Amino acid sequence: MKLTELVETLGLEVRSCSDNLFKKEVTGGYASDLLSDVIGNSRSGDLWITLQAHVNIVAVASMKELSGIILTGGREPDEDTIQKAESEKIVIMVSKLPAFELIGRLYDLGVRGVSNKTS
Amino acid sequence: MNVGKTQEMVYEMKVSAVMTRDVITIGSKERMSRLRSLLQGNRISGVPVLEKGQLVGLISIEDFIKWLANDQEDCAIEERMTREVTTIYEDDPLVLAIRKFESTSLGRFPVITRDQKTLVGILTKGDVIEGLLKKLEIDYQEQEARHFPARYLFDNIEADDTSLQLRYNVKGQDFTQAGDSSTRLKRTLRRLGLRSDLVRRIAIASYEAEMNLVIYTEGGRIRAEVEPARVFVEIEDSGPGIADLEKALEPGYSTAPEWVREMGFGAGMGLVNMKKSADEFIIESEPGRGTTLNVSFRINEEPHEVN
Repeated sequence: MKLTELVETLGLEVRSCSDNLFKKEVTGGYASDLLSDVIGNSRSGDLWITLQAHVNIVAVASMKELSGIILTGGREPDEDTIQKAESEKIVIMVSKLPAFELIGRLYDLGVRGVSNKTS
Repeated sequence: MNVGKTQEMVYEMKVSAVMTRDVITIGSKERMSRLRSLLQGNRISGVPVLEKGQLVGLISIEDFIKWLANDQEDCAIEERMTREVTTIYEDDPLVLAIRKFESTSLGRFPVITRDQKTLVGILTKGDVIEGLLKKLEIDYQEQEARHFPARYLFDNIEADDTSLQLRYNVKGQDFTQAGDSSTRLKRTLRRLGLRSDLVRRIAIASYEAEMNLVIYTEGGRIRAEVEPARVFVEIEDSGPGIADLEKALEPGYSTAPEWVREMGFGAGMGLVNMKKSADEFIIESEPGRGTTLNVSFRINEEPHEVN
């Protein structure tokens, strides 16, 4: 699923690297506010849902080749986070919804946390 | 990519590899009036007609328009469908499909099995193009992965041992630049042509080590050494050192201050993540003197992500 579809359907607001929306393919999702947990357990292509808004989230997303970051509960990324995200080509989006709501809707749209290998 | 390559592909690839499998069908006894919603709802221009599971015809948007323009009296699909359907077998090569598209000027072929003649898919020109493009992209990525530019460098250097050293200095307590060294290391390894799963694992280990330097020390050094068969990363600092190494390696154990945890660091998973990513992991530390980490990665291993 393309990032741009999710942005439209869920009314997300894009805060960085909007020209990458069409390129990024979301292949799964991961939610956590512990950076090491994301480093250890997310998979490349995952969309990351978090409330951390500081600059280090960009390095984590870039390191793990995540498809994007959504900040929940209306949190806004810091100014240096946006700058870094622009230079690292990481798409940061914000949602007014709390994490639980947002993740539920993402799940409804077919975004899954663990890869489905039954097919 | 050249024309020769695509030509080869259309001979090698089968119709079944590119066709659309979820075919929307309609029964021969169903009514014409149902066709509109079926075509509109699915944005398609033709539907195979089935009778007892066997393909008996094809009804297209042209047939529908003709029906609209003339009588519009509702009738069974079978009265309006095209009975002579040009089909194609699932194991036919793509080149045959392309020739058929050219010679018939039809927009779609139902795909059937050779033995039972059952419908298994539908093929449009769009499917063929998309399928070829996907295959080209996959081939290109595979070719890129096999190609390791650093190998060329190594092959041409005459020495008993060759390695490429990359050194990075990490500032302690500087959270705004934290992760930069690992990002630069990662980019460099990419450019050297290392396999992407390998690069990802090295980057994870290096990032976790870098964060430890930022959080706990006054700064330190990351040195990566790329050899023909392995990548070796050494991370060292000169203090404060780790008092209880065994504890430090337990998942969840952390001595990070509260404000660092607030930022999402210091969850006690750093060393664990490094160990999981590396093929070899050695840690040495002495309180008051510093910590040295040696992590290495084999280049020729089968691709795998962090377990």
